[in-house]
Amino acid sequence: MKKVIIIVIAVVVVVAVALILFFTLRPKPVVVEQTLIFGSSGDAVRLDPADVTDGESIQRMDNIFEGLVEYKEGSTEIQPCLATSWETSADGKEITFSLRKGVKFHDGTDFNADAVIFSLARQYDTEHPHKQYGEWAYWGWMFYDVEKVVKIDDYKVKIVLSNVNASIMTSLAMFTVCIVSPTNAEKYKEDAFKNPVGTGPFKFVEWVKDDHITLVANENYWRERPKLDKLIFKVIPDASARLMALEVGEVHGIEYPNPPDFDRIRANKDLKLLTEPGMNVGYMAINSGYGYKDGNENSKRDADEPLVKTIGYLEPLTKKKVRKALNHAIDKQSIIDNIYMGTASVAKNGMPPFMPGYNDDVKDYSYDPEKAKGLLAEAGYPDGFDVTLYVMPVSRPSMFDPPKIGEAIQSYLAAIGIKVNIYQVDWGTYLQETQDGKAQMCLLGWTGDNGDPDNFLNVLYGPNAGNIGLAGNYGFYMEEEGQDLLTRALQTYDVKKRAEYYRKFQDLIHEDACYVYLAHSNQNVAFRKNIEGYVLHPTSRKFFYPVSIK
Amino acid sequence: MKWYIAKRLLMLIPVLLGASVLAFALIHLAPGDPARTITGDRASPQAIAAIREKYGLDKPLPVQYWMWLKQVLRGDMGRSIVSNEYVTKEIMERFPNTVELTICAMLLAIAVGSIAGIISASKQYSALDYTTMGIALFGISMPVFWLGIMLMMIFGVFLRWLPISGRIDTLLPFTRITGFYILDSIITLNFRALISTIRYLILPSVALATIPMATVARVTRSSMLEVLRQDFIRTERAKGLSERLVIYRHAVRNAMIPVITVIGLNFGLLLAGAILTETVFSWPGIGRYVVKAVTIRDYPVVQGCVMFFAFIFVIVNLIADVLYVLIDPRIKYE
Repeated sequence: MKKVIIIVIAVVVVVAVALILFFTLRPKPVVVEQTLIFGSSGDAVRLDPADVTDGESIQRMDNIFEGLVEYKEGSTEIQPCLATSWETSADGKEITFSLRKGVKFHDGTDFNADAVIFSLARQYDTEHPHKQYGEWAYWGWMFYDVEKVVKIDDYKVKIVLSNVNASIMTSLAMFTVCIVSPTNAEKYKEDAFKNPVGTGPFKFVEWVKDDHITLVANENYWRERPKLDKLIFKVIPDASARLMALEVGEVHGIEYPNPPDFDRIRANKDLKLLTEPGMNVGYMAINSGYGYKDGNENSKRDADEPLVKTIGYLEPLTKKKVRKALNHAIDKQSIIDNIYMGTASVAKNGMPPFMPGYNDDVKDYSYDPEKAKGLLAEAGYPDGFDVTLYVMPVSRPSMFDPPKIGEAIQSYLAAIGIKVNIYQVDWGTYLQETQDGKAQMCLLGWTGDNGDPDNFLNVLYGPNAGNIGLAGNYGFYMEEEGQDLLTRALQTYDVKKRAEYYRKFQDLIHEDACYVYLAHSNQNVAFRKNIEGYVLHPTSRKFFYPVSIK
Repeated sequence: MKWYIAKRLLMLIPVLLGASVLAFALIHLAPGDPARTITGDRASPQAIAAIREKYGLDKPLPVQYWMWLKQVLRGDMGRSIVSNEYVTKEIMERFPNTVELTICAMLLAIAVGSIAGIISASKQYSALDYTTMGIALFGISMPVFWLGIMLMMIFGVFLRWLPISGRIDTLLPFTRITGFYILDSIITLNFRALISTIRYLILPSVALATIPMATVARVTRSSMLEVLRQDFIRTERAKGLSERLVIYRHAVRNAMIPVITVIGLNFGLLLAGAILTETVFSWPGIGRYVVKAVTIRDYPVVQGCVMFFAFIFVIVNLIADVLYVLIDPRIKYE
């Protein structure tokens, strides 16, 4: 019995000591003034700005690196950054940049023309020794018109274009063309992506995979030093866990809060929800039946490239009245209220309203099933028809919960006599099949890259993008007049004229009705109340330079 | 015994070869293309072709398999297509996290589970037995995801006793040496880090331990009941040994064989990553890593991880088999 008592006493003592240790020695956070921890939904993939396509990597790098130009706060207008000024040649094919003097990379290397040329040439020059160290996926996508970059003197470079491209200036504010330290790249070679060195407001310190990335203020920043001393991106994959971490103050800000939690955030006096229309569009494309095969791979439809039937050709969808009927049959507001949970706005054009050249005069197709039925009858399909709808297997910021949206569309179209068969396949195959023109109708979403209208209208709806096998224009809108407007807009540096071309284009494509634009979804981030100075950016990029903790 | 272990280790070769074929075939036959993942939605055909060529994805499957196998035999699992990092390094950065969590969870599961099982068995059909087994049933059926969120809500948000997400307080100065945080904080005599690590370990360990704990309890109970009905136990009791001695000295030891099997299996499973627990508690473990690799079709990573898991499984089972001998000297391996 004695033994038992001793054991019991021992256990009690051990437990008591353990508890005392836990609650008295609870590690007080080491006081580091102005440390901001941001809860991200995933880890970065690589930390070379030219070699990534995912938002998480970009989020980290936007605070480490800078480009020749940058976006103004909260807008997609550009302003000087590492370049102080620039001039465009008379033919529009050469842009000469004067570079900022006295700027140093985090490793002490001087920023100059060599650094600019190194950062860009490694992406396009097949002979460049660093070409092999990355995939440079975005270069071919956004900068195909850049022929070369030439050094004029130590602080002057010239970008030479093969075609006039008025969107190039906005593209130059993208992460892809941020300037990296050549000394650092040379030192780490294929591992440079783990040791990022730029000129930006924060310096890279540490990357614990799938856990966190730590940055500290760049004391020698060429602007005023950032107010934050430390910036930590902490990975919290689960949205509920992210919100709880914010509520208890483990993190100071989070991305992608769950829409059902918005009221909970608003009700909490310690938190604030920032929300703004995002630069995106979610839509349903209706395959109008014909595309072209780009024989010479110049991404343009030439005279000797005739229109041919797409695999997803379906007779009724080739008729404009049928496509208009589809537009009238879908209740977008209800989809936004119930599936997007009110965190989006109804789309009537193929790009978000804050973009230059947006045509607000376009009158959206009203939700009117009776009218839709009438249009179907006029087109010769009073009893409807069968159609297959491709439904994305993944959610995108622009397309929440595609299966539910697919089902909603299925039921709306059933109401006017159209039987929708839903088709789902893995994401890679989905993109391939829609690009091949196999889909009769498909759901897709797009988030803009650079804030230029060309990056929506030409890429998503331009007839040149109707090339079977590589289509971006999944509705196969193929009117030459439309492409003519888009091409002219791209070759005009005059902002007003460009906008006019784009407005006309939106009239045309609205009338053709190859697309049912569904929604522009909001971007949402939540912060603790004492975090100040954070401004949402239309591109969803996250800049922490102006942020401070009160 | 030595020969037995050597034989079992030799058997690793066919097992790993089989696993390699399976891993390779499954991931390559599944639809999807890693080249697309890297280029994102904005894939230019040239970029995709270049990536396919760079990683040999344009070659026939048997050729790809052979190339990969040759590489693995040289001890190199290759680089991840997506992150461009060495697969071995990526695994080794995350595996200690998973091991630490698994060990904590299993210790908890074994301690609580076996004691509950023994008590239940020795007081069969009592209220205590029904309660314990009721809780165990509840534990087995509990969705870990939900349990995790509940634990976080109660102990993290309402009571504020324990942290919610991650491995250690990110603001603490901490040197990573082995990747096992408890060990590292002891080596560096960093006691703040040690306490922080333990505090961060508690909730995920409890969540992860629930199912194995319940399994261990139930298996222990049934195994104990079987042993308690055997003749030698009756003899022990007839000899006048106290019930406590009968149970703890004689019955438990004999009842432990099936329990060890269960523990071994669970241990192996958890080491391959507890994806749900790791996701809810933002635990940077191997489970989250491999699931992400599967969804983005990062072939070298998936293949490397499957091989690694096969290896771990074989080793853990071997250890369990060796433990049988220690517990029950009657078992002999030729």
